Amino acid sequence: MEIILFLLIQTLIIAPPILITATGACVSELSGVTNIGLEGMMLIGAFAATVISISTGNPYLGILIAGLIGGLVSLLHAFISITLKGNQIISGVAINLFALAITSYLIKTIYGQAGSTPRMENLANRNLILIVIYVLAFLTYLFINKTVLGLRIRAVGEHPLAADTVGISVYKIRYFSVILSGVFAGIGGAYLSVVNLGIFTNNMSAGRGFMAMAAMIFGNWNPLGAIFASLLFAFGDAFATYIKTVNSSIPQNFLTMIPYVLTLIALVGLIGKSRAPKASGRPYEK
Amino acid sequence: MKKLLTFLFTVATFGAIVSCGSKTEEPVVAEPETKVAIVYSTGGKGDKSFNDSAYRGLERAKEELGISYSEYEPKDPSTEAKNQLAAYAESGEYDLIVGVGFTINDSLLAVATDFPEQNFAIIDSVVDLPNVASLEFKEHEGSFLMGAVAGLTTKTNVVGFIGGVQFPLIQKFEAGFEQGVKYVNPDAQIVSVYIGGNNGFNDPAAAKSKTEAEIQQGADIIYHAAGASGQGVFQAAKEAGVYAIGVDSNQDDVIPGTILTSMIKKVDNALFDVIKNVTEGKFEGKSVIFGIKEDGVGTTDFALSRGKSVSEETIKRVEEISKEIADGKIVVDPIPASAK
Repeated sequence: MEIILFLLIQTLIIAPPILITATGACVSELSGVTNIGLEGMMLIGAFAATVISISTGNPYLGILIAGLIGGLVSLLHAFISITLKGNQIISGVAINLFALAITSYLIKTIYGQAGSTPRMENLANRNLILIVIYVLAFLTYLFINKTVLGLRIRAVGEHPLAADTVGISVYKIRYFSVILSGVFAGIGGAYLSVVNLGIFTNNMSAGRGFMAMAAMIFGNWNPLGAIFASLLFAFGDAFATYIKTVNSSIPQNFLTMIPYVLTLIALVGLIGKSRAPKASGRPYEK
Repeated sequence: MKKLLTFLFTVATFGAIVSCGSKTEEPVVAEPETKVAIVYSTGGKGDKSFNDSAYRGLERAKEELGISYSEYEPKDPSTEAKNQLAAYAESGEYDLIVGVGFTINDSLLAVATDFPEQNFAIIDSVVDLPNVASLEFKEHEGSFLMGAVAGLTTKTNVVGFIGGVQFPLIQKFEAGFEQGVKYVNPDAQIVSVYIGGNNGFNDPAAAKSKTEAEIQQGADIIYHAAGASGQGVFQAAKEAGVYAIGVDSNQDDVIPGTILTSMIKKVDNALFDVIKNVTEGKFEGKSVIFGIKEDGVGTTDFALSRGKSVSEETIKRVEEISKEIADGKIVVDPIPASAK
């Protein structure tokens, strides 16, 4: 019983960075813009939160600024993808590479050391931020499925021309959705640095932005599905670690596979036909 | 005509870029006797780990032996590092070219094969060529001492190990730690977990949750060999009010009070020795292994934990064990029990 409780708590603690980023990814993709730059936006968010937290001593301000910076970086992605009609994948990859380089460069210029920042004094209250993130993710689900704006976002991603003819501004809706995904990714990154660890280290997002994309697809482009997918990944991770701590003779690589095997089983058995938004990844031309 | 102009312009631009590039890599000091070039591992200078240690070795050689050196910090250990090693070798200016870390192994092997007259050295790996000196460390001997500290200090009789990725180099740490714990405390239990994946050495969040799982199993001292991920180990230990042990360089002051000691790898001493051999014309392209006896691995000075988290008797006992290993009375096996 104690173990089950521990695993559930671990799941709730591990999931948030992927979960919040995945719900943001859903919104962006539902509006028709693929955002694989989320990994980079998380990393920049994690870094911005650390810098603000170290210089002001206030981790909460750090989280806010991380959301803001994440939004700014995604504005760049939105500008390239929507206004310039550039290739969304290339823009996203470029942002990921840029994020990796700029953060490690800034560590050197700001703190005169490499690899990681100094440690910060105060961490944000983990339980409080956990609640905020889960509520935010669930509200996003309601927003997408129960509000007029949410319906418009989905319409723009399915058939932008039809949406445009009834007077919905495709560009405005897409800009809004992409920026929201960047804000969420920034907050997800901030969770890693100022809530969980109290330090920024190079490339600390460690692929969580891509895991978020996987959770989005696994969740069938529905924020609620993405939330469950993220929790499943986190549970698989916690479970694999637990098995390893009680039985050391199992090869580590088998255990590392557990979250992904769970995903495969769920994909084959539980999820019906998955279908991406029709206009996803394609720029809209009037 | 237009094409020709474009072509000339392109050539000129590239020429300018290339000449700029090589300019910055020229050493500043004029005409010293011995010149050394170094290509760091991807962590780069300032990693508070073995790159910094190599850098200290170079600085010491510069001061005491009057050498000069050029350095390069690559972002990837394959193409970029290889090109840089080849560029250093091609210039023919350097008496010794050093590659840091096992990730650079293949690049250095390729370049050293192409330039058999050039002397190379590699840290933490073996390149079996007559013109390469391979500097390896007996991490398992140093880790044995960490195991002894943990085994003597634990109250729950459970200690933990967190590794970055499960491969032989990191398993040496696990093996030594395991044997050290058992040597001083046969009843103690060891829980060991590897982070794994593509980012095992760069994922402090994963390291933290894995450390928490070990603490849940009762572990009250956790030793890590996981590079930057170790920050997550320290944070988890601090939050749970238990202890951790650092690795590679002196990490005792990362979170003062939480870290008992660190397993130090003295890359600086090893590199200094090789450079000294080069200046004396005694360079040998063979593998040299630095253990406790050669002063290549060891504990920190316990400056922050002596008499507090680690008792005087423990430190004394560990010093005795260290001597016994140096004298060959204790032989440490580099392969962990779980891998046999």
